[in-house]
Amino acid sequence: MSNDPIIELVGVGKDYATEAVVVRALRNVDLTIERGEFLAIVGQSGSGKSTMMNIIGCLDRPTRGRYLLDGIDVTERSNDARAIVRNRLIGFVFQGFNLLPRTTALENVELPLVYRGVSSGDRKARAIKALSQVNLADRMHHTPNQLSGGQQQRVAIARALVTEPPLLLADEPTGNLDTRTSLEVLGLLQELNRKSGITICLVTHEPDIAACASRVVQMRDGRIRSDTRNPQPLNALAALAELPNDGENAVVTQ
Amino acid sequence: MKTLLAALRLALRAIWRSKLRAGLTVLGILIGVAAVVIVVALGTGVRQKVLGEISSLGANIIYVFPQATNASGAKQKETGKLTESDGAAIVKEATSVAEVTPFSSLSAQVVAEDKNAATQVMGTTRSYWRVRDYKFVAGDSWTDTDELLKAKVCVIGDTVRENLFGNTDAVGKYVRIGRYPYRVIGVLAKKGQSPFGEDQDDRLLMPIGSFRARVLPTSPGRIQMLMASATDERTVDRAVQQIELILRQRHNVDPDDEPDFVIRTQAEFRKSQEQIFDSLQVLLSSIAAVSLLVGGIGVMNIMLVSVRERTREIGIRMAIGAGEGDIMTQFLVEAVVLSLIGGLLGLTIGVAVIAVLTQALGWTMDLPVEAIVAALGTSGGIGIVFGFFPARSAARLDPIVALRTD
Repeated sequence: MSNDPIIELVGVGKDYATEAVVVRALRNVDLTIERGEFLAIVGQSGSGKSTMMNIIGCLDRPTRGRYLLDGIDVTERSNDARAIVRNRLIGFVFQGFNLLPRTTALENVELPLVYRGVSSGDRKARAIKALSQVNLADRMHHTPNQLSGGQQQRVAIARALVTEPPLLLADEPTGNLDTRTSLEVLGLLQELNRKSGITICLVTHEPDIAACASRVVQMRDGRIRSDTRNPQPLNALAALAELPNDGENAVVTQ
Repeated sequence: MKTLLAALRLALRAIWRSKLRAGLTVLGILIGVAAVVIVVALGTGVRQKVLGEISSLGANIIYVFPQATNASGAKQKETGKLTESDGAAIVKEATSVAEVTPFSSLSAQVVAEDKNAATQVMGTTRSYWRVRDYKFVAGDSWTDTDELLKAKVCVIGDTVRENLFGNTDAVGKYVRIGRYPYRVIGVLAKKGQSPFGEDQDDRLLMPIGSFRARVLPTSPGRIQMLMASATDERTVDRAVQQIELILRQRHNVDPDDEPDFVIRTQAEFRKSQEQIFDSLQVLLSSIAAVSLLVGGIGVMNIMLVSVRERTREIGIRMAIGAGEGDIMTQFLVEAVVLSLIGGLLGLTIGVAVIAVLTQALGWTMDLPVEAIVAALGTSGGIGIVFGFFPARSAARLDPIVALRTD
């Protein structure tokens, strides 16, 4: 792995003040993620993994410490500057897909480019390209409620990819999906990581999902408990092929 | 520009998605704008009609009335005396006065055969027709001789003719006022209502001498009012000064004392009428503006609901790179579009109502371009003002919280 960090967390802490007590969600976390890594953050609920994800995603600010994203210190940046950072450098994939309802897949994928000020023709071409990457070009005029969960998540991945960001953040991306669809989505992410070299940072509480990552960071009580390299990550597509085929959900990936 | 267009498309789509709700919201603005537009147009219509009528009375007319005075020292309260010879002196001496007509009137019962009518009986001179622009439809005016001889002749207005003689010819017939019969020698052309709501055809006129001799006996020469016309609209002020000077001299009023007469001009009437219209217009417009305000609050209400409903959407947009400005613009544009739709519809309905009213009332109503611009500007402004708070609250959402909202 080359020494080219995309994410550097230095002594990052995050407190949440409730009425009565201060909850220390993150305590003094140091974490460096290299470009091109496929990292999984695991931990139980309340371990601080979501908080860390929000900070990495520039959705939240750390209470203490410094956060460098692609060499830029984003800790103290304004909201608007952070919006630009999110738009340019980060692609988000959420557990609940978070597509705009009553809006076609194509328009959903175009959305990040709208905020980047890309012209509509250019926008459409790039959105179609991103949808083809996730094999959904034929569904681009469908609205989310006309798509299955796996398809919706693939639209969300296309939306995350359309800006060609160096970093993709996935927060429990398979949480709402069955095993087969989960493996499909993971296969897609692995492929993207392998082919385009996009850094992927995935939050999950399922060890099976984490097994697909090349590096696993385990969180507990707001601290990093272990940080292990996984030299032989599970190949999601191979695992998918081994699943007993019950006729449904024919494999889609190329 | 591009983002604004995108925001416009987004706004139209969002409004289209909740048609009923948007429609009801728009209704508030619609009613407000329509009300303002109609009130403004009605105001200009009434103003034009009344002021036009006042002007038609003659812009250069000057009225002189006697006035009760409290002369200093002696505590007497005495009504001023105004006489025909005052009038004659004014005509003779005031260079800016073209003509003077003496005038007295009394409400009286007029009888013709088996019919009778209460009307205004007026004494004046022949110059009255010219000063007030009366025309004859039948018969003619009395003569100088009639005036000198205090002849028992009269001229009647159309309403009196109608009441007393119906469809039969009135000229040559006799009417009785008090104990004396008068021969009708002329009928005036119909004139309609005066700007002060008085029926200008409900009158009977006779030579001032005849009036003083039999209808309202007073000392010789006494009259209730003098109507003078200035030589020109521009000489009205000078004519007023001259009349005042002449009358002060004739009535022996000290230069420092309050005179025993008052002089009023048509211009003053016009001015006071204008003031009344102005304040009425302001009053009505403010009432209409209140409904606009209520409409604006409706817009704010619906925008707050809309922001709350779409909290998750806002969170998604923020996560993928929408800045505060983008979100703010999106909701602000939506509020403005909503208000402008109301404004346009209100304007349309207002114009339609004005067209109908113009037909029905026969007035000419003006809707000044400024009023149209103001109506649309105001509704757009309402969108901005009342959309600002909801839009800002949307822009200030914490993306994490917004994403977690259902």
